[in-house]
Amino acid sequence: MLQKNDVAPDFTLYATPDQKIKLSEFKGHNVILAFYPADWSPVCSDQMALYNEMLKYFKKYDAEIMGISVDSKWCHMAFAQSRKLHFPLLADFEAKGEVAKKYGVYDDDEGECKRALFVIDKEGVIQWSYLSPTAVNPGADGIIEALENLK
Amino acid sequence: MSLKPKVSDRDHIQGNNSADLTIVEYGDYQCPHCGAAHPILKEMMAELGSQIRFVFRNFPLSEMHEYARPAALAAEAAALQGKFWEMHDAIYDNQQILSTRFFIDLAEQLNLDVDQFKSDMQTESLEEKVERDFESGMMSGVNGTPTFFVNGQKFDGGAEGLIQMLHEN
Repeated sequence: MLQKNDVAPDFTLYATPDQKIKLSEFKGHNVILAFYPADWSPVCSDQMALYNEMLKYFKKYDAEIMGISVDSKWCHMAFAQSRKLHFPLLADFEAKGEVAKKYGVYDDDEGECKRALFVIDKEGVIQWSYLSPTAVNPGADGIIEALENLK
Repeated sequence: MSLKPKVSDRDHIQGNNSADLTIVEYGDYQCPHCGAAHPILKEMMAELGSQIRFVFRNFPLSEMHEYARPAALAAEAAALQGKFWEMHDAIYDNQQILSTRFFIDLAEQLNLDVDQFKSDMQTESLEEKVERDFESGMMSGVNGTPTFFVNGQKFDGGAEGLIQMLHEN
């Protein structure tokens, strides 16, 4: 798993059925990457729903949050609509888990992303990373603390 | 994970204010898990209230629950008239039928000054109070509702686990 001071590997992934997001386009902003195992599973829903309530706090730190799982863009779209999510969910779908593998957070046994958080600074360098037990929603206190330390 | 900031007189407190044991709940008034926890916590306070300082902080998940924030504001507005816990209980007891109109009905039933209540619900300082609670939960590692803290440390379990822990000690 990539750690503090590692350069965040760039990627381009679908955020909606017809729009891709390229990480390097966010240079100049802080980025929070939240890898999670799957749309719809209960813990994940809570975690993404929780971050959805905190967007304005992330904005205060000039930080954009993005969820990433191996689910497809259509699955993400339905999930985001159902949970009224106002931030992008990226589809690490083809080649499956490629981005998660680059960040060292792919679970080969399950074929899913592990539950992991990265805070990336404005220069594209990882400043904080955290691997959570898969069944535990890690909350946001670690993210906020990491963003606070960037100031 | 520990509670930030610590319990102070800005919090809503019930039970024994000088008890050695402090339990803080972060809750959302429309969250069904919080609703299910409510009677259990009531029972806990009826039985052990003399040994517990119990605190409730708002953690409304507004995107998920339409009435979570208005309900929090209603309880805070009632608090300004000295009836926080009465409103708190009434909202949880009627969780299935929350509506803007219903909060006014509750204010009437609790004999609050309804005009004052309505205007208080709109004030920025009340919004800020609810926001501060939410923020403190975020900083303290609240990852869902309800989340409990026992003497400042995050408790890994729900209301039933809490009671079990109390009985074991």
